[in-house]
Amino acid sequence: MTVHNLYIFDRNGNCLYYNEWNRKKQAGISKEEEFKLMYGMLFSIRSFVSKMSPLDMKEGFLSFQTSKYRLHYYETPSGLKFVMNTDLSVTNARDTLQHIYSNLYVEYIVKNPVCVLGHSLDSELFSSRLDAFIRALPYYSPRAA
Amino acid sequence: DLKASSRVTNSELFTLTYGALVTQLCKDYENDEEVNKQLDKMGYNIGVRLIEDFLAQTADVIAKVAFKMYLGITPSVTNWSPAGDEFSLMLENNPLVDFVELPDNHSTLIYSNLLCGVLRGALEMVQMAVDVRFVQDTLRGDSVTEIRMKFIKRIEENLPAGDE
Repeated sequence: MTVHNLYIFDRNGNCLYYNEWNRKKQAGISKEEEFKLMYGMLFSIRSFVSKMSPLDMKEGFLSFQTSKYRLHYYETPSGLKFVMNTDLSVTNARDTLQHIYSNLYVEYIVKNPVCVLGHSLDSELFSSRLDAFIRALPYYSPRAA
Repeated sequence: DLKASSRVTNSELFTLTYGALVTQLCKDYENDEEVNKQLDKMGYNIGVRLIEDFLAQTADVIAKVAFKMYLGITPSVTNWSPAGDEFSLMLENNPLVDFVELPDNHSTLIYSNLLCGVLRGALEMVQMAVDVRFVQDTLRGDSVTEIRMKFIKRIEENLPAGDE
């Protein structure tokens, strides 16, 4: 049970926020490159998934899993994208990502006039609240990782 | 509790604050056209943030819900264009103008133009480009306040440049 890392992208593909908790192996590329690849992959998978769907769907892509981790995806109607990687024991992190959006992002970034929207989020308050929230999650447990 | 009570703001205070803001803008710019433009710009900046707060609280996006939520009024939607891309929002009472009378030397001032900017900014964030303007205003002697909204296009999401 654990959380590996979290990305927040804006509607234009800029990575607004990144943090990692129990990530033992790095990708071996620069963070900037990693963000670009991550956004590109999400963009493609989203459009592919909706093209292949046999029925009209409201929210298409939700998550994928590999043998080692699961990627959870949540997108708001305004195009913000929340991406969290966890281990396989976490089956659904939708509520968690939704909570980060409505109780942390909206409260501490959108309602803070000093935070310029569309730039990387350097609010200390937001970072510390988010960190505390992630660490308090029932499935956040670095020892079991 | 504290969170619930902080959501309730005295509406008269809001109305008076807005009035003070418009008055100051009139002093600073000395030109109604320019004031209208500034109000629209400010509204736009409010709108792009307000939409996030709105989306975080409600699942379904309906103009009526938002007006009720932030202004306490429910405008009616009428006068659809034949093509269905244009309509009017009728405001029977506009809380922004509760204590307002326009002086004669400000005949071209669109007092509540901030609302146009709010609508434009908020909708742009959900991929809709719209044109918003006041066509009737009780402040200028019309019997109702009418905001005309025209749908321009859906904003397509593009992959950032330079990504192959």
